[in-house]
Parts: sequence; structure tokens; C-alpha cells
Amino acid sequence: MKLDEVRRILEAEVVSGNYEGSVEAQAGCGADLLSDVLAFTHTGTLLLTGLVNPQVLVTAEVAGIVAVVFVRGKRPPAETVRQAEERNVPLLSTHYTMFEACGRLYAAGLVGCDRRSPPPRHVTSAWM
Amino acid sequence: MAEGAATGLGRLQELTYELRVEQVMSSQVITVTPEDTMQYVKDLLRQHRISGTPVISASDGRLVGIVSVEDVIKAADSGSMRERVGRKMSSPVITVDAKEPLAEAIKKFARHKFGRLPVVDRGQLVGILTPGDIIARLLVTLERRYREEVARTAPHRVFEELSSDDTHLILRYLVEARDFTRAGDAATRLRRGLVLLGLDQEVVRRATVAAYEAEMNIVIHSVGGKLTGELRPERILIRATDDGPGIPDVERALEPGFTTAPDWIRELGFGAGMGLNNIRNCADEFRIESQVGVGTCVEAVLYLAPSEGSQVEG
Repeated sequence: MKLDEVRRILEAEVVSGNYEGSVEAQAGCGADLLSDVLAFTHTGTLLLTGLVNPQVLVTAEVAGIVAVVFVRGKRPPAETVRQAEERNVPLLSTHYTMFEACGRLYAAGLVGCDRRSPPPRHVTSAWM
Repeated sequence: MAEGAATGLGRLQELTYELRVEQVMSSQVITVTPEDTMQYVKDLLRQHRISGTPVISASDGRLVGIVSVEDVIKAADSGSMRERVGRKMSSPVITVDAKEPLAEAIKKFARHKFGRLPVVDRGQLVGILTPGDIIARLLVTLERRYREEVARTAPHRVFEELSSDDTHLILRYLVEARDFTRAGDAATRLRRGLVLLGLDQEVVRRATVAAYEAEMNIVIHSVGGKLTGELRPERILIRATDDGPGIPDVERALEPGFTTAPDWIRELGFGAGMGLNNIRNCADEFRIESQVGVGTCVEAVLYLAPSEGSQVEG
């Protein structure tokens, strides 16, 4: 799923200067626990989180996260945005809650990180 | 590659047509209404350290004008700081469309010598663009493309090309205890090195996840230590050593969910007792040794698949 589509579905706002809408997200992950992000994501995963501290971006770069979406309309502090740009991980902010944001993306065909679970029926997964 | 892209200037120009205004603008816009006073504008500009702001109609959110620091100075000179913005602002406003290529905005800046341009999408104000935004964005993008190009042309299979009887490359990083502003620096720098060496993406990912978790452990729990990445043609060894205090019960520390991290670490999204498990899961071999009063050593080994056509002696 292209980031432009993520942005449209989540009515999200771009909050960093390094956004490119044509970049593909291979899968999605919703987490507020950074160790879980490190444990369960793959390269090219879109991360949805309620955490806005700069450590999220270190985690994102290390885990090969393609973009970070802050949920519940959270705005990142300036240092987080700076790190996002330095590490080339674009940031989005959506007014939806974690549950609703994840649900909308999943319903639109973005698969989860667990390769064993089948994607929604009408969708062809990048992992299959 | 398109012709003309060979020169830096050509590349820059191409980029200004590739990028759309909305990708460069700042979407957090501070605005005023025509009913605000010039005094209010002055305070606002000072508070946010900006040199101008769009004027938005309070009733329908339409962009009706723009007011700059020059207007404020003029108002101060003529003693009319109590007057309404609506009477002092510049109107109509030159705007730029969010979907337009950046090049169009650059032309408008060159033509009108403005310090900022309001960005509109279907008549609504969606952002503001300054020459500084443009320069920053171009630099960031050029740097990223340069890095990508370096990575593409990196000395792939460097180990097979270096001839010796025993090749190993050591990357060592010092990790300070409780320095949270720099936590993750070592893993990040290690990762960039591994990418530069052209190693497989998934191996790089597993190696840096292990390195990062180990680095966080040093930052959170120890008095300081070192993170080492040791590369050989057939494997990467990640080693994290610290100078204490040591783990009293290693078996227990390895249990998923066991943690001694304080609450404020957990608020950062860490300290859930998954770190050592994550390291173990990323590794093909995992070792941990710890002695109370001396320190801890964690080692993770990842095997490298020999690249096609190469012959790595085991």
C-alpha cells in the first residue's frame, strides 16, 4: 500500500519534511512497546504508535520501518521530527485511535506482520 | 538516468519538478483573523519567531490576506498598533497550490521576493512555504539520494574481494550509561556500516535489532560499556560488554517479561523484559555471561549466506 493511500485512508497529516507518497508499505504494525516493534516487524513495515519520543525513530531505522503514523492526533516534539528527517523515516499524524487506524488500514488490504495469518479475503498479500 | 541529471544543477532542477509543494511545506500554520490587533500579531510573531502569518476569515476559514513583520513595523511607526489586522494586511494574497511542483513556488519567490507563500488546496489554507523550507528539503533529499547511490555502488561482497588468510572487520562503539539522548547511536552507526558493506537487508536488520537491544540494556542497566560488531566472511558477531553491576540470576533475566527497568524507561516504550529474548531470536548463536560486581557479556552470532558464485571456506 502506497503512503499516499495510507494518508488518504487515515485522513492523516504529514508532519515531517521527508514524505514521499509513492513509497510502499509492505505490512502494518500497531504498537506502543518498542521491543515488540523490534521483535515482530519486517523491513518495509508501517508503524502506528502513540509514542512520540525520539527513541521511536531510532527503533524505526533499526527495524527498517518505512513510515511512522502517530495516532489520536498526537504531534511529535521538534526533536522527534528532526530525527525522522535525519533517519529518513517520514511521519504522519492521524486523528483516529490506534484501534480504528489499524482497522481501517487492514480493511483496505494492508496485512499484519505475522506472515502466518491470512490477509482479508479480497486482498493479495505481499507475503503470500 | 535522464540526460542532464549528470550535473548537480540538473539534478537539483529535476528535483524541483519532482517534488510537490505539499511535500515541502510546513503544515502547522499559525494564523490570525482580520479582527485581531496589530499588537497581537507582533506578540505572535515574536513568540513563534516567524516573520509573517496568513490572515484567515473567522467565519468561513477563507484566506483573506497576509500580514508580515514589515506591516507590524509600519503600524508601530504610525502609532496604530491597536488597529485591526484587516486594515493593515496585504490583500489579495499570492498563493501556491499544494499539488503544484516545487519549481512553480520557486518562480513565485523569485518574481515577488516574498518571505513566505501560503499554500492552498481547493481554496483552503493547508500550509505555508518559506525559502528555508525549500532549501532544507532539497538538501535532505539530495543527501538521501546520495546515500542510496553510495549504498548501490558499495563494495558488495567486500570480504570475497579482500584477500587474506583471516579477514575480520571490527566496528566498536562506546556506550554511555543512562545517556538517553544518544541511546541507539551505536546500533544506528553499526547499521549504516553494514548497509554500506552491501550485506543482505534481513541480516542487517537482525544484526542491528540485536545490537540495539543490547545497547539499550547497557544504557538502562549498566555503568557503561562497549558494543562491538565483528565481521567475518561467514558471520557477524555482535558483542555487548559492560563493566557492571552484573546480573544476579541470568536464567531469570532471560525469562520473557522479567524486568527490573524503572517506570520511566517503560514510558519510553522499553523495559518490558523482552530485550534479551529479542537478541536471542535474532541470532543463530546466543551466549550470555554475567558476574555480579564484574559485568555482563552478551554475544549474538548471525551466519551470512555466501553470495552467489562465491566460495567461502568454512
